[in-house]
Amino acid sequence: MSDISLTSTKPVWQRTAMRDLIAVLILAAVAALGYLLFPSNLALLTRIIAVMLLVLSLDLVTGYSGVATLGHATVFGAGAYAAGIFAAKFGVTDPLLMLAIGALAGAIAGALSSLIILRGHGLSQLVLSIAVVSLAHEAANKLSAWTGGSDGLSGIAPAPLLGLFRFDLFGRTAFIMAVVLLIAVFVVLRIIVRSPFGMLCRGIKQDPIRVRAMGAPVYFTLVKMYAIAGAVAGLGGALSAIATKVVGLDSLSFTMSAEALVMLVLGGTGKLYGAMIGTLVFVWFEDRVSAINPFHWLTIVGVLLVIVVLFAPKGLTGAAETLWTRLRRQS
Amino acid sequence: MQTILSIAADALAYGMVLFIISIGLSVTMGLMKVVNLAHGAFAMIGGYIASYATQQMGLPFGVAILAAVLGTMLIAVPLERFLYRRIYGAPELTQVLMTIGITFAIIGIANFVMGPTLKTIALPAQLQGPVDLGFRTIAAHKLFAVAVGIIVAGALWFIIERTPFGVRLRASVDDAAMAGALGVKTKIVYAVSFALAVGLAALGGVVGAQLLPIEPYYALHYMVTFLVVVSVGGAGSIAGALVAALLLGAVQTTGRYLMPEYGEFFFYLAVIAIVCVFPNGLMGRSK
Repeated sequence: MSDISLTSTKPVWQRTAMRDLIAVLILAAVAALGYLLFPSNLALLTRIIAVMLLVLSLDLVTGYSGVATLGHATVFGAGAYAAGIFAAKFGVTDPLLMLAIGALAGAIAGALSSLIILRGHGLSQLVLSIAVVSLAHEAANKLSAWTGGSDGLSGIAPAPLLGLFRFDLFGRTAFIMAVVLLIAVFVVLRIIVRSPFGMLCRGIKQDPIRVRAMGAPVYFTLVKMYAIAGAVAGLGGALSAIATKVVGLDSLSFTMSAEALVMLVLGGTGKLYGAMIGTLVFVWFEDRVSAINPFHWLTIVGVLLVIVVLFAPKGLTGAAETLWTRLRRQS
Repeated sequence: MQTILSIAADALAYGMVLFIISIGLSVTMGLMKVVNLAHGAFAMIGGYIASYATQQMGLPFGVAILAAVLGTMLIAVPLERFLYRRIYGAPELTQVLMTIGITFAIIGIANFVMGPTLKTIALPAQLQGPVDLGFRTIAAHKLFAVAVGIIVAGALWFIIERTPFGVRLRASVDDAAMAGALGVKTKIVYAVSFALAVGLAALGGVVGAQLLPIEPYYALHYMVTFLVVVSVGGAGSIAGALVAALLLGAVQTTGRYLMPEYGEFFFYLAVIAIVCVFPNGLMGRSK
């Protein structure tokens, strides 16, 4: 977005629409490739997409709005549990309705938790975000009549998608639904981050005092962004509830929140595709390496994080972009 | 009455252990402004060294404590020189990520070297049995933890308030650039304070090993608790950390005794309430 040249003759909206179309095509192509190459791993691919929605959501608050949080799994878990509880206890099994419930629950949880988290700055903000996710975790554990406690919430049986496509054993329906959902969310988020509202959030990230001096509401804008981000993560939670048919306490954990942050930074903050690439790389390698030994995985992630922070602070995508511009300049 | 007394005794011992470990974190956060999530990992390393020294090598407890403190410092000083020094003054997010990375790596390595099982530290005979205080008997190692906590608090107060090093430390906290201009070698002050903080973490890890058992995920489990203590107390404040550690220790212990089914619910509720009302901590300086 930064390299929009002033010499181009086409209007801006046409060029951005063109870019969005290309991005959507690439997304669809990658998804199709995953479907063809790894037909036995569709469950993993669906999980990756669910986590991508969480990391995209985190990118909205951390990458675009500058709120440091180690508790973002709160909104993901809220979506997952809301969709799961409505399906298991009230018989709301239509998958699209479950997604909508997840998004709504995530938005509400996001707005509520932001009221607490935004009260702090720096260290106190981090601690508040950790406290919020831990509180939600303990509450879900205590309310085991509703959530199944540490056994997890089971008995979720989603009805066929649109009344036509059953959720099969191989996870084909779930995967295709997930891809369509991801593309839809991606397009909406592209529009949001480019909108005046998205620009305002970036302004707040850079200098909240100046934004306030301009007369724009800082606190309320961030709460709104949090609600949007909550809806996105809630969709991810609902998606994972539909695809795996269980909701575990780990979807509301501090570990999940920390991992989401790691994925975001690995990919690159403040870029939607950075969040998606980071998640893809992280979850894919996690699955491969931790099959051998989970502790080796932990060591590798740790070392990788240190290296990324020291040598590639803009993440994998940022490093790739730097390399690309350097190569282009040389040729 | 009996219950109240045993809760109070446990809360005091637990709070003191929290204080010993967290005060080091409070110093690094107050001085270097580094959100060091790897602090718990250093406490864990101390515990591992002490466990190895007492169980495998058969060294006495006192020597083991010394070995733990010095050994952990030896590991931490190169980390300060090559990793932490690069993130002084960086945004919180960067610091959080790098120190989480260090924590993850230490957990993985600890598991590889020491195995995933719980490690115990052999206590000397004097610290094993209960001690009769007249009105109540209390486990000797808990009394020991309380005593160590009081000594640490006193010694730190003395070092920071009454020694030339303390003067330089406080000067660097207030204005690192100005202190440097006046001839204070801030880099050395930082390195020494970091070593001191890590040594305290190791000491707390050893002294508190009965209450916070040593295992690879120690670094992650208790990291949040230590961070919370510092945040509630106010970074850089000894008295604040002491009050916060005792207060939160009391909340956590009481919750565990009276309402175990709620887990840590009330602990985090208290944290949210305190941090919302005092964003800079109970005794932190406002920015």
